[in-house]
Amino acid sequence: MRETRGFKIYRGVVLTVLGLFVLVPLYVMVTSSLKPLKDVQGAFTWWPSNLTLTPFVDMWKTVPLARYFVNSTIVSVAATVFSVAIAILAAFAVSRFKFRGRTVFTTTVLSTQMFPGVLFLLPLFLIFVNINNSFGLQLVGTRLGLIITYLTFSLPFSIWMLAGYFDSIPRELDEAALVDGCGPMGALWRVVLPAARPGVIAVAIYSFMTAWGEVLFASVMTTEANRTLSVGLRQYSTQTNIYWNQIMAAALIVSIPVVIGFLLAQRHFVAGVTAGAVK
Amino acid sequence: MRLRSLVAAVAATAMGISLAACGGGDDKSGSSGGSSGDQTLTYWASNQGTSLDNDKEVLTPVLKKFTDETGIKVNLEVIGWNDLQTRIQTAITSGQAPDVVNIGNTWAASLQATDAFLPFDGDAMTAIGGKDKFVPTALATGGKEGTDPTSVPLYGLAYGLYYNKAMFAAAGLQPPKTWEEMVTDAKKLTVPGKQWGMALAAGSYTENVHFAFINAAQNKADWFNGDGKPTFTGDGNVQGVLRYLDLMQKDKVANPSNAQYDNGTKSVNDFATKKVAMVINQNNADSSIVANGMKAGEYGVVPFPAPAGGEQVASHVAGINLSVFKNTKHKDAALKFVKYMTDATTQSTLDKPFSALPVLKDAKPNFTTDAAEAATFQDIYNTKSKPLPLVPAEDQFESTVGKAMNTMFAKIATGGTVSADEVKAALKTAEDQVAASS
Amino acid sequence: MAVATETAAPAPTKRRGRPEHRPGLKRWLPYALLAPAVLLELFIHIVPMLVGIWMSFIKLTKFFIANWSAAPSAGLGNYKVALDFNNAVGQGLLKSFGVTIAFSLITVAFSWVLGMAAAVALQPEFRGRGLVRTLFLVPYALPAYAGILTWNFMLQRDTGAVNHVLNQLHLSDGKTFWLIGGNALIALITVAGWKLWTFAFLTLMAGMQSIPRDLYEAASVDGAGNIRQWRNITLPSLRPVNLVLVLVLFLWTFSDFNTPYVLFGTAQPPAGDLITFHIYNASFLTWNFGTGAAMSVLLLIFLMIVTGAYLLITGRRSRRA
Repeated sequence: MRETRGFKIYRGVVLTVLGLFVLVPLYVMVTSSLKPLKDVQGAFTWWPSNLTLTPFVDMWKTVPLARYFVNSTIVSVAATVFSVAIAILAAFAVSRFKFRGRTVFTTTVLSTQMFPGVLFLLPLFLIFVNINNSFGLQLVGTRLGLIITYLTFSLPFSIWMLAGYFDSIPRELDEAALVDGCGPMGALWRVVLPAARPGVIAVAIYSFMTAWGEVLFASVMTTEANRTLSVGLRQYSTQTNIYWNQIMAAALIVSIPVVIGFLLAQRHFVAGVTAGAVK
Repeated sequence: MRLRSLVAAVAATAMGISLAACGGGDDKSGSSGGSSGDQTLTYWASNQGTSLDNDKEVLTPVLKKFTDETGIKVNLEVIGWNDLQTRIQTAITSGQAPDVVNIGNTWAASLQATDAFLPFDGDAMTAIGGKDKFVPTALATGGKEGTDPTSVPLYGLAYGLYYNKAMFAAAGLQPPKTWEEMVTDAKKLTVPGKQWGMALAAGSYTENVHFAFINAAQNKADWFNGDGKPTFTGDGNVQGVLRYLDLMQKDKVANPSNAQYDNGTKSVNDFATKKVAMVINQNNADSSIVANGMKAGEYGVVPFPAPAGGEQVASHVAGINLSVFKNTKHKDAALKFVKYMTDATTQSTLDKPFSALPVLKDAKPNFTTDAAEAATFQDIYNTKSKPLPLVPAEDQFESTVGKAMNTMFAKIATGGTVSADEVKAALKTAEDQVAASS
Repeated sequence: MAVATETAAPAPTKRRGRPEHRPGLKRWLPYALLAPAVLLELFIHIVPMLVGIWMSFIKLTKFFIANWSAAPSAGLGNYKVALDFNNAVGQGLLKSFGVTIAFSLITVAFSWVLGMAAAVALQPEFRGRGLVRTLFLVPYALPAYAGILTWNFMLQRDTGAVNHVLNQLHLSDGKTFWLIGGNALIALITVAGWKLWTFAFLTLMAGMQSIPRDLYEAASVDGAGNIRQWRNITLPSLRPVNLVLVLVLFLWTFSDFNTPYVLFGTAQPPAGDLITFHIYNASFLTWNFGTGAAMSVLLLIFLMIVTGAYLLITGRRSRRA
């Protein structure tokens, strides 16, 4: 592409329009979180009538946000760790071995990605309950149940992306490791994984974001004890008032960890998606 | 080969689990009634106060007193209205349920149909203090007519027409006694660009369906016949719905924006912040009105009026009921708890913070210091209220008719018109939906 | 053995991994590696789905949910109700299906066009490129509900930013309803697209990075303008990326639940009645899990057919090309 004058104009227009499209909601979120309640109940203003930090103080009291935060963090981190570990093993098998049922596996796993959640929400709930009744393992209303559920949500895409990434790592590398006396697992651990670091990071981010943002299953599978942020944030519209300023403040606070994490690692994410997508 | 056998093994294990699931539902039901060792009840309370935490603050000392008196511990969870219905459903489906739960009393007959709740038959009713202590209309909401109720009233609520005294005085108006007067007043109190006569929660299907019910009841129309079959398209139903829609459509006394008000809070806020002269709400609006800056003496309440010559129905019998899950392992303790929650002392303690009307015969309302308001609401609750249809399909009536009204309000708000024929067609669709799924 | 020293330095050519059987590796190893993934997918997806399919054949209404093993068989009854387009339930499903198709197609197109426009604009280096790219990725990184809640606030009629802006620009009287009536579909597309286009952007940008630069240089020497370069080089090179991207975007939007659920809550307008939300309401609001399950199965069959047909058509075409 040459940077002709036409191209520069095009770029200017595209960046301005899309920049505004992206920025305005973010701007509204930030400024509204600094507004007193009466500002968000009246006509929209670009700037708070007086800047206040009270929404950021009150939001912890209106709903038990801190507890939801802890729940979301534990659930998302655990789901991510397990999902990535399991995906690495499966992707390694898919990428490096020829075995019966390989195609069946990849198609089946990938196709689970398109199951609409509503189809297995209730059955899954019932299965969890019955596991509890038969084995005493509590899965409904606990973080464990959410962790198990969420890790499978990101698994298909993670396996697919990692397998693509592993494929792009020259096989001669792990063959060399094999020759050096490592087993296949040693080759995975010493050679493939270090080379695939960007892919692994990308998959981890993806898994974390999936778990952090899930709404449907959280709305049915959580009780007060294990409620996550995605459901907890709805509680700001209570019987007596809708605290838009606190909602925006809370939305901002829950977004910060994921956004920062994502942006810090975006390079790897782009690389990971490239490998997966170009496969 | 290997994969196939692996998959087969896994599938067999998993199917074993799911087959166990099929038979698992009634495992627990046999063990009810035992008063075994550790007595801890799980209690799901609905959100009645200003926030979930507020509810917890109010209820905790009350529950502690119960524990002190009986030695039975209560594990409380307050659940927001967004989640309550789903949570109850999943609890019923799974059998993994609390011992005692609050329900919106309008769901009583629908929930009764699931057979998951303990009927308050002779013994159980005696255990909680006998049916005579309750206001009869309130107890009538407990389940289908002619059956043992599966829920008993806990907090009573009723609709009233709240009006802004200063606005009425300034316009030289008296609070309305008939529908026609209400519309005339509302028109006079609608000042373009400044203030509206009324605020309606026109985007809330649960609010809308209540008004469909009340307005039809004023026309002496019913939504279900004696066999529990829907009769949504009767003339009285259609005209009742249309009359309510016309507040926005023909009379233009409500801001079209109201079509987006998806809960009662928003219309009450408009009233409390003096953007509108009247609002029809249940008496628990009091705490919101005060919380939003209006003082107690600034508003008055009259019954929501019927058209001249119509039936004097001003409200449905609204409120919260208390139910015990059938498969509770602590039946006696649960009944003791229900008795405690519905006794005179507890009632008077809780009615105040939750702005509730007493469900007990001899109790005096204490949710407000305004004696006239208290008397008005008690009169509405005890004599001008009619229970919503006490049929299993009540929940479907709520969602189908309520949502049809949402859609019609949306059409009006966005500049369209809704004729009687269109109301009838919409109600016909709702009726078909109810008929198809029952 | 000599190969080892040679391959210790990574071969510059990116070789695609081609699985091959190597003697000496235990045959069970790949299965062991797959086992955790298979078990979990079975347990969380496949088995529940089978139970869901079974549910679609029983009369699972509120009369039976407490004791659902006793629910009588419905045969094909639930499917008949769902597919009888002369009755209210079937009609509702059909309408919801139509809305969802429109929503998905427009959202995918919208997201792809914006993503492509941005990726092309960011293709050549310029000062601040990294910053812009970072900014564009924020909507994707934001938890879905946080973004949707913000949009919900902005789309309020009287207090929202959208009407305020339109009014200031004299594009409307500032009294437009976005969350009820026909505009609800526009609102849904905007909100879903706001997040989704950045994913399209990310993927396309990633794809463009692997297009060799000399292709463009050679074309420039031949006198091809930017538009022709885009058509003759960028688009064909991105073909494999696009194939996957469009399919993924379609599957995501078609079964989008978060956007309507968080944006509309219980007051969803008919124009925003997306199919998964419709099914959720059919199940959880009217307590008719049998019909809900039947609708889910129909949805799954539809998605499978679309995916299969898509892969077949595109696969055949790329083989021919």
